[in-house]
Amino acid sequence: MKTPKFLLPVATAGVLALTLSACGGGGGGTTGGGAGGGDAANGLDGRGPITYVQGKDNSNVVRPLIEKWNAAHPNEKVTFKEQTDQADQQHDDIVQHFQAKDPGYDVVDVDVVWTAEFAAKGWLQPLKDKMAFDTSAMLKPTVDAASYKGTLYAAPQTSDGALLYYRKDLVPTPPKTWDEMMGMCSIAKQNNMGCYGGQFSKYEGLTVNASEAINSAGGAVLDPDGKPSLNTAEAKTGLENLAKAYADGNIPKEGITFQEEQSRQAFQSGKLLFLRNWPYVYNLATTEGSSAVKDKLGIAPIPGKDGPGASTLGGHSMAVSVYSKNKATALDFLKFMTSEETEKFYATQGSLAPVLGSLYTDAALVKKLPYLPVLKTSIENAVPRPVSPFYPAVTKAIQENAYSAIKGEKPVDTALSDMQKSIESAGSGS
Amino acid sequence: MTAATSSATSLRAEQDRGRRKAQNSEKWAQGRTYISAAVILIWCLAPAYWMVVTAFREVGFTYDTSILPSHVTLDNFNTAFDTSFGNRFGQALLNSVFIGGVVTLVSLIIGVFAAYALARLNFRFKYMVLGFILGASMFPGVALITPLFQLFTNIGWMGSYQALIIPNISFVLPLTVYTMTSFFREMPWELEESARVDGCTQGQAFRKVIMPLAAPAIFTTAILAFISSWNEFLIASQLSSDATQPVTVAIANFAGAQPNQVPYTAIMAAGTIVTIPLVILVLVFQRKIVAGLTAGAVK
Amino acid sequence: MATEVGPTPVKAPASGGAPIHHGPKGVGEDNKILSQGKWASWLLAPTIIALAVVIVYPIISAIVMSFQKDAGLDPATGLFTAGGPAGVQNYVNWLAQQCSAPAGGTVACPPGTLGAQFWSATATTFFFTVVTVTFETVLGFWMAMIMARTFKGRSMVRAAVLVPWAIPTAVTAKLWFFIFAFEGIANKLFNTSILWTGSEWPAKWAVVIADVWKTTPFMALLILAGLQMIPAEVYEAAKVDGASAWQRFRLITLPLVKPALMVAILFRTLDALRMFDLPYILTGGANNTTTLSILVINQIRQGFNAAAALSTITFIIIFLVAFIFVRFLGANVVEQSGATGKGKK
Repeated sequence: MKTPKFLLPVATAGVLALTLSACGGGGGGTTGGGAGGGDAANGLDGRGPITYVQGKDNSNVVRPLIEKWNAAHPNEKVTFKEQTDQADQQHDDIVQHFQAKDPGYDVVDVDVVWTAEFAAKGWLQPLKDKMAFDTSAMLKPTVDAASYKGTLYAAPQTSDGALLYYRKDLVPTPPKTWDEMMGMCSIAKQNNMGCYGGQFSKYEGLTVNASEAINSAGGAVLDPDGKPSLNTAEAKTGLENLAKAYADGNIPKEGITFQEEQSRQAFQSGKLLFLRNWPYVYNLATTEGSSAVKDKLGIAPIPGKDGPGASTLGGHSMAVSVYSKNKATALDFLKFMTSEETEKFYATQGSLAPVLGSLYTDAALVKKLPYLPVLKTSIENAVPRPVSPFYPAVTKAIQENAYSAIKGEKPVDTALSDMQKSIESAGSGS
Repeated sequence: MTAATSSATSLRAEQDRGRRKAQNSEKWAQGRTYISAAVILIWCLAPAYWMVVTAFREVGFTYDTSILPSHVTLDNFNTAFDTSFGNRFGQALLNSVFIGGVVTLVSLIIGVFAAYALARLNFRFKYMVLGFILGASMFPGVALITPLFQLFTNIGWMGSYQALIIPNISFVLPLTVYTMTSFFREMPWELEESARVDGCTQGQAFRKVIMPLAAPAIFTTAILAFISSWNEFLIASQLSSDATQPVTVAIANFAGAQPNQVPYTAIMAAGTIVTIPLVILVLVFQRKIVAGLTAGAVK
Repeated sequence: MATEVGPTPVKAPASGGAPIHHGPKGVGEDNKILSQGKWASWLLAPTIIALAVVIVYPIISAIVMSFQKDAGLDPATGLFTAGGPAGVQNYVNWLAQQCSAPAGGTVACPPGTLGAQFWSATATTFFFTVVTVTFETVLGFWMAMIMARTFKGRSMVRAAVLVPWAIPTAVTAKLWFFIFAFEGIANKLFNTSILWTGSEWPAKWAVVIADVWKTTPFMALLILAGLQMIPAEVYEAAKVDGASAWQRFRLITLPLVKPALMVAILFRTLDALRMFDLPYILTGGANNTTTLSILVINQIRQGFNAAAALSTITFIIIFLVAFIFVRFLGANVVEQSGATGKGKK
């Protein structure tokens, strides 16, 4: 056998790079680098064309709004940069552009869970002083989700909360508490169907469902200081509720493969008595041809310990990049995109939940979206997903351990303490 | 020639048994071929069939599991090409064809150069070069994006065609070079020399004698290069702009009418649209290649 | 002709050393005074440059980054600050599965951190590589042999084989996700109720099935091209001599196709070791289907420098596999293609 000489250069390249790094140091790629104080002070009075970056505009609401804005502001036109429909890809795309200090991403649409990370990286313009933004009419949880360390970094744009869908033909009054709901599972058995479904596949949706369970039982994933607080009896009850329901078969065994769509499908085809999902299900379940529950669909707030549960907050906010050169225009655009008129348009045109409390009781809107009053209860009781600049690590820690606990591969206690330790480790830097 | 001699010896040793068996199996051969072909067809096409059937389903019946088409509609194809919501599927198809075409052409040309050098010339550092080329296929692709993004931002190439074409060329080059090298090594180069004796220049000899013989290999390599560029998603998703995005990115951009709704039917329609031209392309080229192959064999 | 294309080419002495000046050009009184070395560098330059820009630059920048700490949080301001030099800490952390401890220093990574998944991801990656490449080679060979025969409808089969590969991976992954859903067509068709994406072995096999379906055409095509290079006369001669189908396969087909086959296996192996899209979309890495590349992208979202170290480790692992492969399994892939062809007299 001959020595594969041909592989030598690869090794040489490695050694070469080692030497390079020893001399060169920093090179590229170190993130963060402080507050970006200089950048945050620049361009505050700048006016001119800007770019607005958002994920896929599903129901064509952004385009007409931008057209309207552009007609009124010929010198401060907004260009719409549309990203993919995948949250992960949107996140990575924004990160790439901010790292490159791209002044071309003036206003970005951020998922509620990214706010802390982007703010801590110094990429988002604090909305204070000259850039102050009024949030007094907005639902408090949505404002909390757009803030980091007490400073507002983004303007709440749309919101989302969980709803409990139930079969009103089988359940006359919806359950108010988790225990009540589990008690009703005998009805499901009689009708030979699954009882409760949510999103228990190992992905972001599981973080949503697990933290909802923990919050609804009175616990919390993180304390107000951002430290994990999972070693509590409440947190244990919360996660145990899910684990027990799965072990009892109240959550059907295929539940661990459910994402939003699979659980919707199971409910729509009549295989589930209760479903935890987002408001989008309402329209589809009442109109889709294949739906078996068109006239049997009831909605209620998700059940909690002794009243409505604590939904996990979804939705998006709009933030201004510190690298933008036209921040005055950007702020005006933020105000325009979150005005009452615009919020109404989101709701009617795109079924997107508004962030203004007053709109949830607006008669015209409620007529179009009958679930609004219930959703208001849900959002008022909502808890943002753990607000942490280490969110990507936090969500992985929750998913990994909650998944094992629900499947019964790990006792709930161990899962929670592993979760606790993982989050602590992520927060302690490297 | 030791290996060749030994195979020849064992050939002869097993001849008698072989002869009898060969005659029997001859009858079965054709039948077995057809059975095998049918199995291959089913294995390759059944999942694709499901893609097509789903593509033709009404979105309200996305999760229907009847084997035959049901609730048939063309809506999904209209959705795919509908530009009013900002889909640029038609443009993206052209982009993919353009990018794939350039990548294939350029990587074949420079790959054939390199392969010729590696297979036919003696020079120092040959193993270095071979190792270097192979080493390029060893780094996780996902980790290439950030440095490339920064590089292309610095030189102002973001969103341009070259920012998509050049990485793709680099991705397919190692395979192109290795395949072509291994095939070139197998070529009967004596033919080239006899052509030169007949008065051809080295270039002519290469073009007229070697290239036709290498046609199947080149054709195969071209398909490999084209499809790998056609499939590329990661780099394109971060480095392309609305105007240059290829079809893989356009498909990822499909969204349901509602947030959280996964538009399977439209994605499957897009998958169908993307696959058909490629298959036709290959079918058309295949005839040429078979022709080229026989031409080569005659010489 | 049949004899000239002998089954195993002559092995030229490994020529890493001094350039030989009269090579295959034979009689070689060319007008050109360019040495072969110069010719070679001109011919190779475009390839080398293209690879240097797109691959080498990122690799070197990743290696540099991997010796830096990731940004940490300044508790006073709540803002990230640059981490500073890390030495080999990032590498040690991955290999020993150590994570930062709240009290300072490191502890064994608790389950739920990416650090705790390094060795299991490595094992998963190797499992996928071995299983998929084996299946793809066997199936691909078989498909290529069928496609090389002459029969009615051959071009239909050849086109059909390309279909799985022509569908973009992003669509393939979604398609299989859809097929393997609990209420999907796979369970319906086989009348089973398997949680394809919900438990370890079904999830692994789901990834293997999808990958084999998708990439076998790659193997089949490369092997087919190899088969097509074998002159029909060789088979005719063997048939006349009465060699059985198995003998013809073992003694003619296999040795002659070996170079193409080895290139195909080598590249498939390198690709499989970097497998990403399919398991990422199909299972999200759940149930022990997290591969090294998935771990890299998850880590990129949590900290670039540790991710750079992981990329480099992955690179080294793949390098070692290629080394072993070339040395023990397919030494002649490169050695032979490096040597001058059999045109030598």
